[in-house]
Amino acid sequence: MSAAQLPESMSPGRLAFRRLVANRLAAVSAGFLLLLGLLALLAPLLAPYPYEAVNLPEALTPPSGSHWLGTDALGRDLLSRLLYGARVSLAVGVVATLVSLVIGVSYGAIAGYVGGRTDNLMMRFVDVLYGLPFMFLVILIVMVAGRSLLNLFIALGAVQWLTTARIVRGQVLSLKEREFVEAARGLGAGPCRIIFRHIVPNLLGVVIVYATLNVPAVMLQEAFLSFLGLGVEHPMPSWGTLIAEGARSMEVCPWLMVFPGVTFSLTLLSLNFLGDGLRDALDPHAA
Amino acid sequence: MVTFLLRRLLSSALTLLAIVLLSFFLMRLVPGGPFDQERALSPEVRQALEKKYGLNDPMPVQCLRYLGRLATGDLGPSLSQPDRSVNRILAEGLPRSALLGATALFIALLVGGLAGVYAALHHNQAADYAAMGLVMLGVSIPSMVLAPLLVTLFALTLHWLPTSGWGTVGHLVLPATALGLAYAARIARLTRGGMLEVLRQDFIRTARAKGLSEPAIVRRHALRLGLGPLVSYLGPATASILTGSFVIEQIFDIPGMGRHFVNAATSRDYTLALGTVIVYSTLLIVLNLVVDLVHAILDPRIRLE
Repeated sequence: MSAAQLPESMSPGRLAFRRLVANRLAAVSAGFLLLLGLLALLAPLLAPYPYEAVNLPEALTPPSGSHWLGTDALGRDLLSRLLYGARVSLAVGVVATLVSLVIGVSYGAIAGYVGGRTDNLMMRFVDVLYGLPFMFLVILIVMVAGRSLLNLFIALGAVQWLTTARIVRGQVLSLKEREFVEAARGLGAGPCRIIFRHIVPNLLGVVIVYATLNVPAVMLQEAFLSFLGLGVEHPMPSWGTLIAEGARSMEVCPWLMVFPGVTFSLTLLSLNFLGDGLRDALDPHAA
Repeated sequence: MVTFLLRRLLSSALTLLAIVLLSFFLMRLVPGGPFDQERALSPEVRQALEKKYGLNDPMPVQCLRYLGRLATGDLGPSLSQPDRSVNRILAEGLPRSALLGATALFIALLVGGLAGVYAALHHNQAADYAAMGLVMLGVSIPSMVLAPLLVTLFALTLHWLPTSGWGTVGHLVLPATALGLAYAARIARLTRGGMLEVLRQDFIRTARAKGLSEPAIVRRHALRLGLGPLVSYLGPATASILTGSFVIEQIFDIPGMGRHFVNAATSRDYTLALGTVIVYSTLLIVLNLVVDLVHAILDPRIRLE
């Protein structure tokens, strides 16, 4: 009588959720990411010190009772900076991916649905953008729009939508020939309604899988930019800036490098496991 | 085949032209000019400089002049490094980045390819899980974390290799490893996936049935098709790895091309920025063309129309 005995009566969404939870690695990863998100959200309450509080007499102290993860060259508490850095790094991953999804899905769906010359022209534009080094584009966008956290999010999202657009267009090309689209058209639905009410919901599975795997990529790019001094502005920490600062003093105070490095790597690892798990759960036929 | 090549070359040239035009105008949208940062410049000097480089002419004129020079292979003078042409700057940096990239790519292909084939042949056995676990770690540890760790271990503690710099084979080992391992992990995944897909197919069963040994099946039949997904990935991956990683070059203090990507854009050195973009884009377009050709050679089912 329970749902488990009648799996065929479950909705596809519930089935996918079950498969995801059954995948132990993916479930543990999701738990870790939730915990991290919670810690980042509550950073102002949890951080033992303000992230920008300079305390020169206590500079470069190794981990101890008063500074669990030690302090940096200006005596700032590493744990507090790591917690606040989590906010920036996680937010970049989520917001930039959302920006890229909105652009990529709309662009790809319109190109695929309209077809013909428009499609050709739109995809040629994607080809051109593909040929540009993404770092160059991001730097230009940030320089044109002004350097701020929000512009960084938008710039990273604005260069990430290309692959999404290609995937979505391919899916739409086959979906638009199906009977339910024909039926919607017969009932008098306009192209906008058909694209966003009928076609887009049908390709969300593929898009979600791709988006999850996109989050770690965006976080890495933010870290690279911050590492090069082009990301978030001083004194706001992101994991990229923390790793960059740590890398410079690796021999003398390894903790400055090890803690942010391990946190960042674990997060990327969890995101990758979760992405793989989601792919298996939503699309059991793919490898 | 020849028509295919000609058509692709023509469309590639058009794409490249569009990229050049787009970057040209994007760069000019950026507020500020190349001579704004140096406060020491008097207005007269600045005007003279802007006149010398023709920066006050109307935009279409500047663009056409640039394209005209580009047609002869001249990328123009650098605006941030006076007395040096962009051609010379890139001719110095590119070979270093390319050598670093080629070494990294070699490491990545060797490690990743072997791990991928091995994991596929031992599908769902302990070796497969171990290899894929390592691969997951490789994908997840960013090079900016891996590189300082490698330096601490092999240069500062064991003193086997130099910490940074450029010139000897020893200088190449650590940066190439740090750069290559992330690619190795992705290559291993793609190789394994491609091989698993192919090993299930009927013609492999036929090959087994006619009594071929397992290594012969892998070498003669499976690898050809199993490498398909890998080949597609290698095009863009090679372009980004050959032009060097900004971060790796920065960590190891390598005077390659990577830093020009960043510095030229931030210092509004229009010509140098465009030069780096053109080199990168050309490389990417050529490699994508090569990828399509290799696909056709590997997979007899693909016909180039």
